[in-house]
Amino acid sequence: MSVQTLPAQESVEFSPALVSFIEEWKDKPGNLIMVLHRLQEEFGYLPRAAVIKMSQMIDVPLAKIYGVITFYHFFKLNRPGKFNIQVCLGTACYLKGGQDIIQELENLLGIGVNQVTDDGLFSVEAVRCVGCCGLAPVAVVGGEVFGKVDPEKLPEILAKFKGV
Amino acid sequence: MSTNVMKETKTVNIKVNGKSVAVPEGTSILKAARLADTKIPSLCTHPDLKSWGACGICVVRVEGSPKMVRSCTTNVVEGQNYITHDPDIVETRRTVLELIMSNHPNDCLNCPRNGSCELQALCAEFGMRGVPFEMGIRDLPIDDSTPSVILNPTKCIGCGRCALVCQQMQDVWALEFLNRGDQTRIAPAGDVKLAESPCIKCGQCSAHCPVGAITEVDETRKVWNFLRDPEKHMVVQIAPAVRVALGEEFGYEPGTVVTGKVYAALRRLGFDRVFDTNLSADLTIMEEASEFVERFAHGHGELPLVTSCCPSWVDYMEKYYSDMIPNFSTAKSPMMMMGSMIKTYYAQKSNIDKKNIVSVAIMPCTAKKYEIQRSEDMKSSGYLDVDVSLTTRELARMIKQAGICFKDLPDEEADSPLGTYTGAGTIFGATGGVMEAALRTAYNMVSGQNLGKVEIESARGMDGVKVASVKIPVGGKEIEVKFAVAHGMANVRDVMNQVKQAKAEGKELPFHFIEVMACRGGCVAGGGQPYGSTDEVRQKRIAGIYKDDNRSAIRCSHENPAVQNIYKEFLGKPLSEKSHELLHTHYFVRPLYVK
Repeated sequence: MSVQTLPAQESVEFSPALVSFIEEWKDKPGNLIMVLHRLQEEFGYLPRAAVIKMSQMIDVPLAKIYGVITFYHFFKLNRPGKFNIQVCLGTACYLKGGQDIIQELENLLGIGVNQVTDDGLFSVEAVRCVGCCGLAPVAVVGGEVFGKVDPEKLPEILAKFKGV
Repeated sequence: MSTNVMKETKTVNIKVNGKSVAVPEGTSILKAARLADTKIPSLCTHPDLKSWGACGICVVRVEGSPKMVRSCTTNVVEGQNYITHDPDIVETRRTVLELIMSNHPNDCLNCPRNGSCELQALCAEFGMRGVPFEMGIRDLPIDDSTPSVILNPTKCIGCGRCALVCQQMQDVWALEFLNRGDQTRIAPAGDVKLAESPCIKCGQCSAHCPVGAITEVDETRKVWNFLRDPEKHMVVQIAPAVRVALGEEFGYEPGTVVTGKVYAALRRLGFDRVFDTNLSADLTIMEEASEFVERFAHGHGELPLVTSCCPSWVDYMEKYYSDMIPNFSTAKSPMMMMGSMIKTYYAQKSNIDKKNIVSVAIMPCTAKKYEIQRSEDMKSSGYLDVDVSLTTRELARMIKQAGICFKDLPDEEADSPLGTYTGAGTIFGATGGVMEAALRTAYNMVSGQNLGKVEIESARGMDGVKVASVKIPVGGKEIEVKFAVAHGMANVRDVMNQVKQAKAEGKELPFHFIEVMACRGGCVAGGGQPYGSTDEVRQKRIAGIYKDDNRSAIRCSHENPAVQNIYKEFLGKPLSEKSHELLHTHYFVRPLYVK
């Protein structure tokens, strides 16, 4: 009998540290969220090929994993920009004009929330409270916190990262 | 006295609206109320599935408590009195219904479930005349990527039955809820279509969906067009399980055997020849039993032999157990064998150009729509061996559209040369039937004599996995054939694991022969059967199948005179070169996810 195969799925490399982390958690109940956090830490988001590979490693159906990662906002299904811009829309920042920052970013970068610029440099994300309400409105660019952000100062802030 | 210690089930005494009733411990209030002649409306719950309280329409009150509880997920407690209908409760249910309706499209007249929709029925009962909320109907893309089912998430009410069936009963995991809140929708994992997912096309989601969110792909128009074309020679076959269920669409009890009336109805629809898949089930047995004897008695090929008539199981095996491909019977399903015989043997015998023959199959199954084009082997005649496969539900609609008064039809006979069947062919429709039919013939092939008692009771019944054996006398000794029968896809894992483990450890095989049917109960409760399959209905249909077997004059496939003729006039013998060319197929390793 002849056995024919269809094209194999796209392959993805896991670092040894990630593999041993998954191995450690593999058989523990409630491991899914734990492993997903670690996976997102590794890739910055959850690439489909990586999720498929992980699904096989921990023997959890892909459908179940997608149920979880589309439920929790923390998990990202798309690759973020090199510099992710998190704009706080928590109560204080919202009242101080957080929405204006998002609006101005759209004017400047041409992208809305959860989108990435064509050059892959920036992505915009709305978050709820980064824990420094006294500095409202707050934006975090590439991990660096900017307080009392004036939308008019945004080009200056972005310029800092463009040259990097 | 029996030595078995029965686990005592405690009885709980409760009241439903003041009426005393005793029910087993662990019964839900919903079920208990039914035992007290009271129907509590429900939408998400289903007897096949574990209730999970998604819709909230089944709320009741425990007397003395101000709050309402969902009766499907709350079990009875000794001494309590449950109020199932009071003005507050009825108004709450009405609000639930109104909220569901506020994001459900209002186009019942164009919906495939018009007349069979559970939501529509509830709205009628409640006398709904409008929705007092702002309407918020989402416009989500329809998934018509498979030839079997259509997923229209806009109509989904979020009850979750499809996902539970797909995950728990079938262990397929094609469907899951994605996103959250008002963005929640039913879909495969990520932005892929069903055809790119592990979906096995069994259609159990469509059989369990209370509304029109998942339905079979309707191909009745295609068949009407063929029937209206005078150039076409229309040939039809009906599957074993159709005859015990189609009657339900016309007011018969489940399990009523309406074979003669189906033949009559098909002729009145305009088919030129009416053949019976039961005959090709006999043919399947000739090939598969020969294959089994080759492997079991002569050591040619892998054991255990695994049956392959269920297209959903074939698809599942190619995705989940592709390492077991060598164990799979290469015999095609009865439907495909009949299709092949129609366009080769029958075409030749009756001197009709096969390019003008349209071969239609009436099946209890949605996966059959996929099977007819699953590989090049399905075109053994040079054309599609089966042009269209309709479900039982679609045939019922055609009969109604044609104005045929089904109940008044006379009983007619199927046509020659592909109409005569045996009891062995008919039992293919029930779980364990293929195994029983195959063993009836394999027994004869090995021992040269027929089983004293042809009924193999151990293969029958609703247990998810049935394990037993049959002893066959050979030359003064007896050899034991150990078999397993699994139905409901989730039950197959344990059987396959036992085989894999025995092989890995070099131990004796736990089974020599395995039958698998994707749907619980077998084809009688296939995804294309009339709505409302529950275990009660399954058992009635199965009883109809065995009744048909019991009253058959011939009950072993190898004794079917029409099948003997096919071998004599056309195929030679089972497993001949010609049989292989026309009646056998190949399997492929398929990825769970194409994307």
